[in-house]
Amino acid sequence: MTPAVKLTLAEVCRVLEAEVLTGGETLDATQVTVGAGADLMSDVLAFINPEAVLLTGLANVQSIRTAVIADVKALVYVRGKQPNADGVALAEENGLPLLCTPLTMYEACGRLYQAGLPPCLLPPRCAHDNDEVQTGI
Amino acid sequence: MTTTKFRREFDVVGDDFAGAGRVSTEIKALLKRVGYAEQTIRRVAIAVFEAEMNVVMYARRARITLDMDPEGVRILVDDVGPGIPDIEVAMQEGYSTATDRMRQMGFGAGMGLPNIRRNADEFAIESEVNSGTRVRFVVHAR
Repeated sequence: MTPAVKLTLAEVCRVLEAEVLTGGETLDATQVTVGAGADLMSDVLAFINPEAVLLTGLANVQSIRTAVIADVKALVYVRGKQPNADGVALAEENGLPLLCTPLTMYEACGRLYQAGLPPCLLPPRCAHDNDEVQTGI
Repeated sequence: MTTTKFRREFDVVGDDFAGAGRVSTEIKALLKRVGYAEQTIRRVAIAVFEAEMNVVMYARRARITLDMDPEGVRILVDDVGPGIPDIEVAMQEGYSTATDRMRQMGFGAGMGLPNIRRNADEFAIESEVNSGTRVRFVVHAR
């Protein structure tokens, strides 16, 4: 593993042999500092760091909404999956670049890791995770 | 950052999977315009999004009330729906009553309520079976 690096989206695109679905004009200017792969959006919301590139096989509109909410810098669909036109429009509206790679999730993640892009830091368990839940409002 | 307090209300419709997340996206944009710190905005946005998905997946409808002041952001999600029989069980990570359809959307992993709580500085929930659930949480500005 090479030391942790930041990658521009243009570099991500090259490493993943990806096609740009939207946001092509920002590829050189946008940097990502961590990578993540997930199909479960609940997990993405629970662990993803800001400035991440998210690889997913979930090509519905919820992947885009989740990415926007969680400050994901770019979304990469694996195995050639593509969102529908509504999804692309929503990403455009929110300035979220969308890429599409023919690679599998495993290989796409592996290539980015090999290029030096580190994984997300998992959040520490919160002190109040095991507290009694306050009921009554 | 404004020094005034203000309130906005939003309606969420149950089972509207196509629109799910619209209100959270709007709230996130609003908080940006008001000028909260990025980390505060992100925590509110993630918590509201989880709450909105819960409404879409399980409830008939809900009113989301957003109160903003320089101290922080308070959210109340008040839904009309089946309610939660055992809140302590529902708060456990991984516990879920989700259907296949919900899971196909990438949700329903039993992370929603715990993730709201984790992103909030204050969290409270109450529920009545066959009536509805109220979730209130606060994210302090920093």
